[in-house]
Amino acid sequence: MIGRVVLAVLLAGIAAGLVMGVIQHVRLTPLILEAEAFERAGDPASHSHGTTPEPGAVAESGGHDHDHGEGWMPENGWQRTLATTVTAAMTGAGFAAILAAISLLTGLQITRRNGILWGLCGFLAVTLAPAAGLPPELPGMAAADLLARQVWWVCTIAATAAGIYLIATQTRAFALVLAAVLILAPHVIGAPVAPHGENLVPAELVARFVANSIAANAVFWCIIGLLLGLGLDRTAKDIYAT
Amino acid sequence: MTARSISSTTSLTASKRIAAGFALLFVGLTLTFAVGLSSMAVAHNTAHDTRHAIGFPCH
Repeated sequence: MIGRVVLAVLLAGIAAGLVMGVIQHVRLTPLILEAEAFERAGDPASHSHGTTPEPGAVAESGGHDHDHGEGWMPENGWQRTLATTVTAAMTGAGFAAILAAISLLTGLQITRRNGILWGLCGFLAVTLAPAAGLPPELPGMAAADLLARQVWWVCTIAATAAGIYLIATQTRAFALVLAAVLILAPHVIGAPVAPHGENLVPAELVARFVANSIAANAVFWCIIGLLLGLGLDRTAKDIYAT
Repeated sequence: MTARSISSTTSLTASKRIAAGFALLFVGLTLTFAVGLSSMAVAHNTAHDTRHAIGFPCH
């Protein structure tokens, strides 16, 4: 039984990741490469993927640590595309595993009919809600402290997901008010604010990336939800029998 | 009682479902952390474009 759940998670996550990998290759990575060119032009001390690391160029200045030449880095071209696709599939499997885990823990079934709703809720919690405070970033964009942003990002997702759970399962007014508070609180508190005037990337490029990224994630999540629903549909009555 | 013991042979008991849920949650969070949040240089470099595409805070 557990084996079938794991299989459904892997199939949904990897399939969604492969589609995401294609979208990234066509619509997102070209914008990242363009942004890196602006980043290099604006900050000559840095260097990018595929160039020889300069020992003195540890880019602590702007904190863009993918440029600091530490550790293995995929070469531009097929290596970078492969790394991106594999990590997208890993992300898909991770997201699918979390959705399936929530289903098992709460006893709410994921089925063929409601799978896409699960996916869309994942999109709302993991992409859309955090994007309101921390839009998807391009290299070279000004940004606040990384750890602070990661903490806000994770807390926003957790609070939004809890809010969605309450809305989906509760009808009492108190629970719905609590759901609204959970969903709004991260935005009232506010995301860590980026320092002004350090943007090396044109706003037009950022806007294109943000729109494409959010749309790509909507597709990504819909596929995860749909396939997870298909995969778990037949096992549902066995899994939730008790 | 009888019904329960019969059904438990063909389906998950609630406690097993919860245990499986926590195991999957752990696996899912670990994968997501490794791809999206880990500060290890190799993890960051390999997942770099995916981190940006998914919207993980990066850099």
